[in-house]
Amino acid sequence: MEQISRSIRSSVSERLVRIVGYGFIGAFALACVLPFVLVLGTSLTSERSIQSNGFNFWPKDFTVFAYRIVFENPNLVIGAYFVTIALTVLGTAIGLFLVAMTGYALQRPDFPYRNRISFYIYFTTLFSGGLVPFYLLMTQYLSLKNNYLSVLLPGLLTPFLIIMMKAFVQSIPHAITESAKIDGAGDFMIFRKLILPMTTPALATIGLFIALGYWNEWYNAMLFLTSDVEYRPLQLFLYNVITRADFIRNSSAASNVPLRDMPLESMKMATAIVATGPVILFYPFVQRYFIKGLTVGAVKG
Amino acid sequence: MRLQRLWTNRTLLLMCLPAIVFFLIFAYLPMPGLYLAFIKYNYTDGIFRSPFVGWENFRFLVINGDLARLTINTILYNLAFILIGNALQVFVAVLLNELRRKWFKKIAQTFLFLPYFISAVLIGLIAYNFLSYDYGVLNSFLVSVGLDPVKTYSNPNIWPFIIVIVYLWQTTGYGSIIYFAAIMGLDHEIVEAAEIDGANALQRIVYIVLPWLKPTFIILLLFSLGGVLKGNFGLFYNLVGANNTMLYPTTDIIETYVFRTLMNNFNFSTGSAVSLYQSVFGFVIVVTCNWVVRKTSPDHSLF
Repeated sequence: MEQISRSIRSSVSERLVRIVGYGFIGAFALACVLPFVLVLGTSLTSERSIQSNGFNFWPKDFTVFAYRIVFENPNLVIGAYFVTIALTVLGTAIGLFLVAMTGYALQRPDFPYRNRISFYIYFTTLFSGGLVPFYLLMTQYLSLKNNYLSVLLPGLLTPFLIIMMKAFVQSIPHAITESAKIDGAGDFMIFRKLILPMTTPALATIGLFIALGYWNEWYNAMLFLTSDVEYRPLQLFLYNVITRADFIRNSSAASNVPLRDMPLESMKMATAIVATGPVILFYPFVQRYFIKGLTVGAVKG
Repeated sequence: MRLQRLWTNRTLLLMCLPAIVFFLIFAYLPMPGLYLAFIKYNYTDGIFRSPFVGWENFRFLVINGDLARLTINTILYNLAFILIGNALQVFVAVLLNELRRKWFKKIAQTFLFLPYFISAVLIGLIAYNFLSYDYGVLNSFLVSVGLDPVKTYSNPNIWPFIIVIVYLWQTTGYGSIIYFAAIMGLDHEIVEAAEIDGANALQRIVYIVLPWLKPTFIILLLFSLGGVLKGNFGLFYNLVGANNTMLYPTTDIIETYVFRTLMNNFNFSTGSAVSLYQSVFGFVIVVTCNWVVRKTSPDHSLF
């Protein structure tokens, strides 16, 4: 008798947890994607419909006019794509190589300077000069204003990714390095020929973090690339379309559409879709790497 | 002897050299620039010939109340992010663990992590989609149920809620991964034994899963508390807008203030003074938090 009442009680609580679980997680998951649907829907809605009905998840008056305007002046969009892709490819290739190399060297137990150098790198997360000295250094001393290097260089290395790489490589037995040394291989050779091939999942994870950083980069671009630079990275391009009236005026002139007929609102959304599309398309296939990086790197540095 | 040690490790040292030079240039070289905080910088005289004013810049910031306001805003936002964020992450991770349908779990996780991967610029635009006075979804809804539309972008009092909600929206899914991974490490036999003893789902969560997550929770909390003076510039700047002065009382944080002193007012000295204050106190807070971590769980301390 007691057994039965207990199992009824347990099945009630079991069901409650399930209902809350599916309900809450389902609702939260929807809340995470619906805003993207909203941006997409608005980008495909005519400006007149926006003015009378507001932004909508589902276009009431369907049109691709905003996309036509965005691509009417294809130089700017394609230029922005080209700049972002170039920065992402270059930055990821160089950054990944440097992060991997540093991470490997710093986890070698037989490397006497590993703690000192690790701290030297880690300390930069504890104390920083802040924005103003950094800005002066970049613009006045390194003369990187309006130079794409101002976006490429600062994003190459982060302490977080070096620590993550260290954690990944630590799972490879040191005996492999030792036996290769006995066979007469140099440290760099061991890294290139033995360690790199064994850490491909780690490299994929770190590479994706770096690539995502460059794709979404907008801060350094905003600081250092002024209007003198014709082609800005995608996110800065999007930022300008959203916030700057002169940008809309320029594209109105370029596309021969009078300013009052410009699809001001849907154009912002269309640009956002163009700038974010690749990330959302790729993301489902690569998300597991981002998960791996977090579970390896974050808990223990 | 010393030189010999350098020589035998030359390859490994060379492998670290690019990183050493990188951090020297981009992280250490700007540090002495904080000297700007003690001078009255002007362009013609440059750093070395501008007049030295001692603590004057700080005094100014204290007297006009900027420093207090920025500190309070930055810390309160971060406390809300950290406390609500971690609680919600635990909640999501625990619930995810209870779901039995694999396909549902997979799709839900994919959706939940998505907001973490988009740029701050797009976050600002998404918020605008909801909050715009004329076209926003929020006002369309309010009007459709017979209420008055709200002027979100000129009402500073609702912004703390908006910013915290957007932050939670963007980071909760991804942040829950650590807790979810921790639950995965829980010994199944313990859970099964409890089930045989008659523990129901709620008891399982309260007496087994949550206590199991407690150390992770505390460690993550302490680590994030270390960064309580550091603000998320991209989030605030893109949500609030570059020049929306009406919202500053409740949305201005250290990062946005320093940015403005630099880009709008060219007031390099004031900006540096705020940064120096942030770095020094931030450093003290991190060291304190790490000291607490070392006391509670020596394995997890950073240094």
